[in-house]
Amino acid sequence: MPELLQLDAVTRRFGGLQAVQNVTLNVGQGEILGLIGPNGAGKTTLVNVITGVHRASSGRVQFEGRDITPLKPYQTARIGIARTFQIVQPFPDLTVLENVSAAALFSQAGMRQSVAREFAAAQLEFVGLAQMADKPAFSLTLAMRKRLELAKALAMKPRLLFLDEVNAGLNSTEVDHAMVLIREVAARGVTVVLIEHLMKVVMTVCHRVVVLQNGALIADGTPKEVVNDPQVIGAYLGKKYAQLGNAAAAPAAEAP
Amino acid sequence: MAMMRALPGSFRIALLLLVLLAALPFFGSAYGMRLGTIACMYAIMAVSWNVIGGFAGYPSFATAAFFGSGAYCGGILLGKGWPILAALGAAGLLAFVSALLFGIVLLRLRGHYFAIASLAVAEVLRELTNAAADLTGGGMGLNIPLAVKGSGSVLGEASFFFWAMWALLMTAFVSVRLIQTSKLGFGLACIKQNESAADMIGVNATLYKSLAFAFSGVFVAMAGVLYAAWVHYIEPGDVFDVLFAVKPIVMALLGGVGSPAGAVLGAFAFLGIEELVWRNYLQIHSGVLGFLVVVLLLFLPNGLMSMSQALRARFAGKAAG
Amino acid sequence: MLGFQVILNGLVLGCLYACIAAGFSLVWGVLNVINLMHGSFIVLGSYLAWGAYNTLGFGPWTTLLIAAPLFFTLGYAVQRGILNRVIAAPVLVTLTLTFGLDLMLNNAMLVAFKADYRRMILDPPLGTWSWGELVVPVDRVIAMLFALLLTLALYLILRRSRIGRAIVAVRLDREAARLMGVDVPSIYATAFGFGAAMAGCAGVLLAMIFPISPISSGTYLGKAFVVCVLGGLGSVPGAVVGGLFLGLVESLGALAFGPEHAVTLSFTLLIVFLIVRPHGLLGKRGFE
Repeated sequence: MPELLQLDAVTRRFGGLQAVQNVTLNVGQGEILGLIGPNGAGKTTLVNVITGVHRASSGRVQFEGRDITPLKPYQTARIGIARTFQIVQPFPDLTVLENVSAAALFSQAGMRQSVAREFAAAQLEFVGLAQMADKPAFSLTLAMRKRLELAKALAMKPRLLFLDEVNAGLNSTEVDHAMVLIREVAARGVTVVLIEHLMKVVMTVCHRVVVLQNGALIADGTPKEVVNDPQVIGAYLGKKYAQLGNAAAAPAAEAP
Repeated sequence: MAMMRALPGSFRIALLLLVLLAALPFFGSAYGMRLGTIACMYAIMAVSWNVIGGFAGYPSFATAAFFGSGAYCGGILLGKGWPILAALGAAGLLAFVSALLFGIVLLRLRGHYFAIASLAVAEVLRELTNAAADLTGGGMGLNIPLAVKGSGSVLGEASFFFWAMWALLMTAFVSVRLIQTSKLGFGLACIKQNESAADMIGVNATLYKSLAFAFSGVFVAMAGVLYAAWVHYIEPGDVFDVLFAVKPIVMALLGGVGSPAGAVLGAFAFLGIEELVWRNYLQIHSGVLGFLVVVLLLFLPNGLMSMSQALRARFAGKAAG
Repeated sequence: MLGFQVILNGLVLGCLYACIAAGFSLVWGVLNVINLMHGSFIVLGSYLAWGAYNTLGFGPWTTLLIAAPLFFTLGYAVQRGILNRVIAAPVLVTLTLTFGLDLMLNNAMLVAFKADYRRMILDPPLGTWSWGELVVPVDRVIAMLFALLLTLALYLILRRSRIGRAIVAVRLDREAARLMGVDVPSIYATAFGFGAAMAGCAGVLLAMIFPISPISSGTYLGKAFVVCVLGGLGSVPGAVVGGLFLGLVESLGALAFGPEHAVTLSFTLLIVFLIVRPHGLLGKRGFE
């Protein structure tokens, strides 16, 4: 599997705090990678460093073999890296269609407004929001906003997509629907990094899982390997999970 | 976002008014022409302010800085014998480029901080103009030679400047309208709503904001050139007046923030009110103006347009019920 | 020796600047409102001192006792009756609103007192103190001491009193304060009242030193801006540090470049600070 994203000893400090410590990680083309860890482990910070919101204090980020460490968010957006936010970030007064059109328009060089709209409409169709296209974004329910986030990210024609807690706050039917969408996105050839608290999703969707704790990677393997890793059990999942053994069958449990 | 809809009604009204206004010199009233020239000048300021204040959502108080520097740039160049078109071009270019460069730094600030910084720029420019007496005449002011030679009559000169200001307004109005529907305008709307989210989808926010700042300055600076040539005498306290920073905002608020047509209508309405107040309450004109501003903000926060919409809604409701 | 004299002048000036800015900073920090009337409040305070001295024979220190409650009430009423209605509106609206109010107040003063400068001439004059070659006018020293006292009083009110703690709580987290039962609109009005009282009292003190005219309001407002940005927003120590810093920069700058460049210098400093250190010398990060 060719490497799409390579992190080489990436560290990010805020004052005295090391939010991300010496993370070395490769993400292969076409993978669905789960990135898990307790709250405050540095997952979102790591995504922020990759997408350029924060600059790495040291270390290097490569995307498709190119060093992208110094790039700004708008630049990473234009080379094929997209993300959804844990806390959804629509443009509230623009319509749903305008929200997605904006993502298509500004992430692609030379894109025309009319083309962007057509492409945006197709993404809304895909996530099932077509009938809301002309409504202002602030009028959507939380579940719809999450899908809007996904449509915006897809409209950027990403090759690498970070999904930051797309399932938080959704009910189980909505989660099932989201899982179908994630698989379909991956089937289109988009590499997906899933930041997720819901173990059900991680266990069933991800090919590989990495665990972050206190800013450092403590495990890397298949979902099964990771949940059986004593270090992970001790540090993160707790004794309860260790006893469950086959965690794939575990209910959708919130992480601590 | 009005980007892909048909032209809104207010736009057509404003355009019609502007076209009718062009006939003003044929009535031959010097007073009317003076008022018309100022109306166009105010409208240029309000329409321009909308690019940075209305589209991008940055509360700029830099209009006075653009106007003053344009007036001085024009005054000095005209004094050196430049033709007026060249002076206009030079002042516009200077404003555009310096706003672009200053914008990169200033627009990192938001809210009150940006407002103050933009206001402080005008103060600094005024003091610098005061200090550079060799070039600007300092506090003594600057005399500007007649820019249109051979125009003959006083009225002829007045109509020249009226039409020049009118043409500049039309240029500004159409340009700003084009910006609104362009990719730039769309990006500014995104920035206004959520700047970090705009960044995340690939909007180069720094560049876009700076461009907005530059476009909010270029026509105002050119209006400053025309003003200087028109009145023949400028002084720092006059053209860098803080009121030039505040009035465009009030006009835009009057017309509804973010609408170029609203800004034109707001500017005309504002000038009408200002003129009435000046005539009837010379002693307390600024107080009355202040009162009107307060009343406007408290009772018509979305501008005059919102009043007409509310009335229409009420009538529609009555008809249905 | 000249250097010492200049530094001394700068410190005296700085204490007055701190007093001018403390209330402005409080309002800005707590309400997120830039009160463009602040300069006119100061001038109004000066007129109060002038009137009280000329008609009733009250010294400025006595007038302070009247000015504080009077301006507090004025400020409280303005906030309660007008500004609280638009407190949630964008920055642009509150800025323009206080600008309109300032036009009214300033125009009223112009009509009432005319634009020409008035002076409060204390009789007998207080004279000067000198140590060796250092000379300071006594009225300046007294004004400076009162300015420091007032600023300290505001600091203690915010730090120690119940109402002060409530104001600080609203500044730090409005929602949490509201949930704990703080009446936020009333706290806003109180904070604005304190801001106005500080302005009025500062005006009383300034009347001892500077000529009085409605035209000065813009200058005072400008000083308040600069001091807030230099020192950092919403804290009394910030205003003191910013005030002293500005006072020193202005007097040293006047020595170096000539007094006519004092304004340019302070506004250039303002822009540089906004860009390089927008949270001020003492302020914390996280501004909007």
